[in-house]
Amino acid sequence: MRPFYGLGTSNRICITNSIIHKMKKIVFIVFASSILFACGSKNQKSEGTDSTASEAAIKVDGSSTVYPISEAVSEEFEIENPSVKITANASGTGAGFKKFIRNEIDVTGASRPIKATEDADCAKNNIQYLEIPIAYDGLAVVVSKENTWVDHLTVEELKKIWEPAAKGTITHWDQVRAGWPHEKINLYGAGTESGTFDYFTEAIVGEARSCRTDYTASEDDNGLVSGVSGDKYSLGYFGYAYYFENQDKLKLVALDDKNDTNGKGAIIPSKETIENGTYQPLSRPLLIYINKTSAARPEVTKYVNFYIDNASTLVPETGYVALSPEAYKLVKARFAAGTTGSLFLTLKSTVGVKLEEILQSTQH
Amino acid sequence: MAKKLGKRMRQKHVRKNKWYEFQDKSYKFIALFATGIGILVLCVLLYDVFSDGFGRINMEFFQDSSSRRASKAGIYAALGGTLWIMGLTTLIAFPIGIGAGIYLEEYNSKSRMSNILEINISNLAGIPSIIYGLLGLEIFSRTLMLGDTAITGALTLSLLILPIIIVSTREALKTVPYNLREASLALGATKWQTIWYQILPASIPGIVTGAILAISRAIGETAPLIVIGAATYITSVPTWPTESFTVLPIQIFYWIGKPQHDFQVNAAAAIIILLAITFIMNGAAVYLRYRWQKKIKW
Repeated sequence: MRPFYGLGTSNRICITNSIIHKMKKIVFIVFASSILFACGSKNQKSEGTDSTASEAAIKVDGSSTVYPISEAVSEEFEIENPSVKITANASGTGAGFKKFIRNEIDVTGASRPIKATEDADCAKNNIQYLEIPIAYDGLAVVVSKENTWVDHLTVEELKKIWEPAAKGTITHWDQVRAGWPHEKINLYGAGTESGTFDYFTEAIVGEARSCRTDYTASEDDNGLVSGVSGDKYSLGYFGYAYYFENQDKLKLVALDDKNDTNGKGAIIPSKETIENGTYQPLSRPLLIYINKTSAARPEVTKYVNFYIDNASTLVPETGYVALSPEAYKLVKARFAAGTTGSLFLTLKSTVGVKLEEILQSTQH
Repeated sequence: MAKKLGKRMRQKHVRKNKWYEFQDKSYKFIALFATGIGILVLCVLLYDVFSDGFGRINMEFFQDSSSRRASKAGIYAALGGTLWIMGLTTLIAFPIGIGAGIYLEEYNSKSRMSNILEINISNLAGIPSIIYGLLGLEIFSRTLMLGDTAITGALTLSLLILPIIIVSTREALKTVPYNLREASLALGATKWQTIWYQILPASIPGIVTGAILAISRAIGETAPLIVIGAATYITSVPTWPTESFTVLPIQIFYWIGKPQHDFQVNAAAAIIILLAITFIMNGAAVYLRYRWQKKIKW
């Protein structure tokens, strides 16, 4: 069947031809103007509601590690303040900062302190931020339940496994420590977009983002859990919260950093060892960053204070480790004083940082 | 000699016929097997999802929203958001898609320009949906300052399904016999009258079926909406398109990512709801096609 293209020759001689052309034009004009009108009215409406909505709306984004805490806090906050609408997201630490710098969100969560480049971008866009440490997270190094030979690993051994030079050379368990089986070691770790990857590589290899590439990388921690648990010769790492939820499937590995000042011998991660700083170097602070302009809004002030006040009960519930009560006091004073800028930019490394100490040192 | 040859040829013929018969039958089974795979996968999926999630569906599940506790979490905000997106996408994509389809099929004359146009529309249908998400983020969310709102989501998904609607509209218009147009024009109807009173009524079942299938694809999309920043935690349904939103697939995606097993159950339950919506829409498409097909007489 021939499709109908344009007007047939029979119509060209027809008188109605010009009328059809006029009709076409009219329909086109009506169509185009209705679209324009629709767009215009939409824009007007958006401006109108945005200004009213933003008065009682808070936008939270950032690290997927911090997200469970923000979710719990937001839920409790909304129960007490039903008029405030909170939307939270978990785009990742880096993506969260990008939105934060574009002034698209009020609060962003971070599983690592802000980078100097991000700080510079904030300054460039006239965004001042308040930095609030909110919890500790420990990274758990895990093996399969069927793994009978590993009881602890030293940081040296972990470095040997994960450093870039290990690619293609450290492939079997007996290369890590003599006496372990001559079986292929299968590695599972965080994907390069996560703050976990940045932190692990900095703490273990010694340089952030320097890592071997021949391992199974994923931002999906559940994928890593099932990968490690289903593979006898595997080794993996991820946030302690994920180990905590899957204790029946995984075996935790104790870490020995050969530094007796923070606990002798191999230390197994637990709430106690993460909080008292003996599980080193794989425990890290989690933070939230608040846009200073947003913080001036009463509902945001209320939200952040609620966040700090309830962290000691809500953080453990989500599988992380709460700061000490005095640390929360210091943090709250810091927020009330409106101190902008980061505590961590001047530090060379965030590995093994004791929050109370740096909070106190900047207080005076 | 001739007789012998004839016999041999006949034998050869019989052998060949048997081979053809075997071929004939085996192709039937190959085709049946191919069909069976699809149905088998669907059955396994349905069984898996239903056994996990069916017990979780109750009234509270429809009334609760995001929560850190699996038992208190529900799909209120996500279902509301999905309905918003569905409605807005329909409003935006139907008129534009069908309009473009009518232009390309009825008005457009064959030229190099129109060829390029047609090829590019087909190409658009093959672009990964996440690319549309990036486009939506840059154009609607940032340039037009609409933000991570329901209208941004609907506009992005409209772009995504426009090529599908255009192509299916054109296919539907092509099925209308050419004589019908000639007859209508011969009786003195204008071009638009021909389209409005003859061609569109005759092709509406096909157009609507295609459009509904396109919408049901749109409500299952996750990637573009994640890119434009649909919320993970939200407890309210938007009262206006310029508010933040979330949709069922995003809710499912984040529940599956949670470490606690109870959230996987929630995800299964939400998948059942999403499947139900899709089935209802596809069912509506089939029904409308059947209803309207009966009305057409030529």
